[in-house]
Amino acid sequence: MVAGAAVLTTLTQCFTNKQNEGERLYAQHCANCHMDDGSGLRNLIPPLAKADYLVSHRDDLACIIQHGQQGEIVVNGVTYNHVMPGAEHLNKGQITNILNYIQTNFGNSNERFTIQEVEKQLDKCRHLLE
Amino acid sequence: MNSNNIRQFILALAASAALYACSGNESEATLPILGHRDVVEQEVNGKMVADTVYQQIPDFSFTDQDSQQVTAKTFEGKIYVTDFFFTTCPTICPKMKSQMLRVYEQYKDNPQVVLLSHTIDPKHDTVAVLKEYAERLNVSSDKWHFVTGEKDSIYSIAQKYMVTAMEDEQEAGGFVHSGAFILVDQNRHIRGVYDGTQPDQVDKLLKDIPVLLNEQHQKK
Ligand code: HEC
Repeated sequence: MVAGAAVLTTLTQCFTNKQNEGERLYAQHCANCHMDDGSGLRNLIPPLAKADYLVSHRDDLACIIQHGQQGEIVVNGVTYNHVMPGAEHLNKGQITNILNYIQTNFGNSNERFTIQEVEKQLDKCRHLLE
Repeated sequence: MNSNNIRQFILALAASAALYACSGNESEATLPILGHRDVVEQEVNGKMVADTVYQQIPDFSFTDQDSQQVTAKTFEGKIYVTDFFFTTCPTICPKMKSQMLRVYEQYKDNPQVVLLSHTIDPKHDTVAVLKEYAERLNVSSDKWHFVTGEKDSIYSIAQKYMVTAMEDEQEAGGFVHSGAFILVDQNRHIRGVYDGTQPDQVDKLLKDIPVLLNEQHQKK
């Protein structure tokens, strides 16, 4: 009985850990700049919360995470111009989990990503890794 | 991304701040004076008297985002909160800035409280870069000075504030530094050290500022 409960707890933990990978990775790699609630930092760092950019530039998101982003961009009508470093060590599974976390949190309810879609996006910017 | 050093340092600072906090008498609601202290013997009216001398932030001279000279005189009769950062910092700085904004918003109409952020990357963070940074944060220059200056002067004053700051190629962004916010009184004594990346520590800072203001007020 006790053992059974223990196994069950471990199993649920395992499951939630997997599910929370996106959240964990976000906290580790993104929250410093975009903040825990995705609000960004005034006119310096763009928000992820309710950001039109996530929808209008859906096809670029995986590459932005992997290789960073700089130069002027407009998010929700505000122009930003700062530097986001890339996270080159993240693999496609991790990037998929992060993307799904931001697409479905901070008040966002955008379409989720599959790992295949992320892989296809990353193919476009693979040359940057060399 | 290796922010372990930063973490450890912050922990050490927080621990020492906590120790100091414990040794103080809570009910009196005064803030301790932190840092080194020396007891010196002085001759007063022909008698030797022991006196405690507290560490004081020495004079300094930096340049802010409006190209204005910022010196100890700029803070005369005021209290200030200071930190160390750099504009391209990929780790804790944006969080620190978002927490410092809480202090800014709360005291923006009180001329007694000023904020001072030092860049530890003066080579990149020129006056123009700091100006753009401050403008994008939408903060006013007489309330929140972003300063640059001689690298050595910045690193050595960091030590006086009990803050680590140095170049390190191993670190993300190329610098090691702590996320501490330092509360300094009008005699340039350090009165509080807070982890500027932790909202609850900044809550504490926001509670300590009125205590310090009150103390200055009573002395007048
Ligand atoms: C060092 C700070 C920093 C970190 C860390 C960071 N970003 Fe960014 N991010 C920025 C900045 C600054 C921009 C805007 C760049 C520009 O001005 O071109 C940006 C832009 C973006 C954009 C496009 C604009 C928007 O707001 O929708 C997305 C999406 C994004 N980041 C996601 C992430 C994710 C996911 C992570 C973690 C893997 C991350 N960022 C980590 C600073 C950062």
